[in-house]
Amino acid sequence: MAGVVVRDVEKAFGSVKVIHGINVDIADGEFVVLVGPSGCGKSTLLRMIAGLEEITSGSIWIGGRQVNNVPPKDRDVAMVFQNYALYPHMTVYDNMAFSLKLRKADKAVIDERVRKAAEILNLSDYLQRYPRQLSGGQRQRVAMGRAIVRDPQVFLFDEPLSNLDAKLRVQMRTEIKALHQRLKTTTIYVTHDQIEAMTMADRIVVMHDGVVEQIGTPLELYDRPANLFVAGFIGSPAMNFIAGTVSRNGSDAWVEAGQGVRLPLPADAPAEAGRQVIYGIRPEHLMLANGSDGVPARVEVVEPTGAETQVFVEMAGTQVTAVFTERHPFRSGERIALSPRLDCVHLFDAETGRHL
Amino acid sequence: MATVLKPQSVSPRLATLSRILDHPTVLSVIFMLPAASILLLFLTYPLGLGIWMGFTDVRIGRPGVFIGLENYISLWYDGVFWLSVFNTLLYTTVATVLKFGLGLWLALLLNHSLPFKAFIRAIVLLPYIIPTVLSAIAFWWIYDAQFSIISWSLERLGLIDRYIDFLGDPWNARWSLIAANVWRGIPFVAICLLAGLQTISPSLYEAAALDGANAWQRFRHVTVPMLMPILSIVLTFSVLFTFTDFQLIYAITRGGPMNATHLMATLAFQRAIPGGQLGEGAAIATAMIPFLVFATVFSYYGLQRRKWQQGAADD
Repeated sequence: MAGVVVRDVEKAFGSVKVIHGINVDIADGEFVVLVGPSGCGKSTLLRMIAGLEEITSGSIWIGGRQVNNVPPKDRDVAMVFQNYALYPHMTVYDNMAFSLKLRKADKAVIDERVRKAAEILNLSDYLQRYPRQLSGGQRQRVAMGRAIVRDPQVFLFDEPLSNLDAKLRVQMRTEIKALHQRLKTTTIYVTHDQIEAMTMADRIVVMHDGVVEQIGTPLELYDRPANLFVAGFIGSPAMNFIAGTVSRNGSDAWVEAGQGVRLPLPADAPAEAGRQVIYGIRPEHLMLANGSDGVPARVEVVEPTGAETQVFVEMAGTQVTAVFTERHPFRSGERIALSPRLDCVHLFDAETGRHL
Repeated sequence: MATVLKPQSVSPRLATLSRILDHPTVLSVIFMLPAASILLLFLTYPLGLGIWMGFTDVRIGRPGVFIGLENYISLWYDGVFWLSVFNTLLYTTVATVLKFGLGLWLALLLNHSLPFKAFIRAIVLLPYIIPTVLSAIAFWWIYDAQFSIISWSLERLGLIDRYIDFLGDPWNARWSLIAANVWRGIPFVAICLLAGLQTISPSLYEAAALDGANAWQRFRHVTVPMLMPILSIVLTFSVLFTFTDFQLIYAITRGGPMNATHLMATLAFQRAIPGGQLGEGAAIATAMIPFLVFATVFSYYGLQRRKWQQGAADD
């Protein structure tokens, strides 16, 4: 097992630069998720770590060894592809045994390791089947099995769950996490699904347009997003953003939003009066207020999911989402008042998007 | 408002007819009829007639009578016929092996990112586009005893003293024709195999590379098995086309010198039309059928979908 270090890595395809100097340190045994919207460069970064893409500049180290010019087969990494990339003409057994056979491992060793991996992944009954004869989830497990039998230094996952249906995705998510806890192999996992990132990662690397926006544990990102992008990307339903100007009067502080609406701020809010800001508040941090205490809002759509109810309201000319675990009998068009939890308010600079 | 559906007031005869026409079996027969009649008229009838003529002594301008196996018995003792069988097998085997070797090599080259890829692919198709007779005439000139560009070039290079007699010597003629056939056949093989190569997912190669396979192992364990299905289809067609080749031979050598390049197809034509012995020609042509059936059956079993290609059924 080994850590992975990414230093000032850049990647250009011809004249188009897609990754602009990335630095990430991944500790031995860590489960790191690279997350970001399509085209942010996360898969390219993963492929550079695997050796499938050349590095334009910078360096990548695996287990203390610089691997810039090491071919994929000598990097001792295993990868699980989005489309699984199982060899269709080989049985499950042969798919898993292929890398060991190429390495001319002893037959008994191959057999032992394949059977052990199959047992871990519940594939023992399917060893003689061909990939065509398996369901999506089983193919996914074979792809993982192929990675496990090699006992590599690093596992790389490239959006492995995006071809599965929603229910199976949740199940496989747990299985991959359990597998990591059992094998403790350094894992780098790429996804565009922030829920996958939140639920699986030890640490998350949020990427956007070829740069790292923030690196941190899931809850760090959730509680202290570094900028508007991370705040909007992490969390579902997404954080509400309302533009306005900071105003102060004695110990009172608030953000003056559109239509004369005042959004309350804690007195120690790190912004001087007159500053243009974006007011950020997560849906679950909006409380139902009594009459004139809160910020006026008009109910537009109510979506009960059973466990909680999402309410879409119009507030200060902006659509805002609130989530309640209690069941309120709201009707569309009803006027209500919401009060943000002051300790959970985020302020972002309107120009730079940085967290204040 | 509920509408009561009344039985339509049509005559019982019409109702029966429409019920019959709705039957899937009847319908499928009716729909297949046009295509089937074309096949019967233009393929089955000539084939049947040819086989029948092989059992008669029909000549041009004279209807024949049934003579049983006499044509075949006389062919059995006919050295020229056996020479043409030998030539056909040699021609088919050597040309097919070369076409596949070179065609696969070309397809692999074209599958890489080359500069001017589209242009090169278009050029590769060129031999296939040119009418066979036209390219045969070109080869005839290339192999000409006096004006051969090959002999001329080799002499200028100082490699030979005397012009090569490409078409006058039996073995030279055979190899020359095989070369012409290979030249014409490569594009078909190369383009088909290229199409096959492009269906192979690049991530399989990436997975193999990560699994530790070198270039040869990736070719051996990914490319070859994935290419097998299309390879066997192309192989079948190529064998059939080569075995029944006529145009190239007839335009370049007409079977000469001394029948050294007669294939079964050219010999059948030679005996039947210029020679007037329609019955004997038909017998030679019919004698090709067992070989072709063997090739087709062989490839039918070779072509059978491999287990890994089949659907999700249990073992």
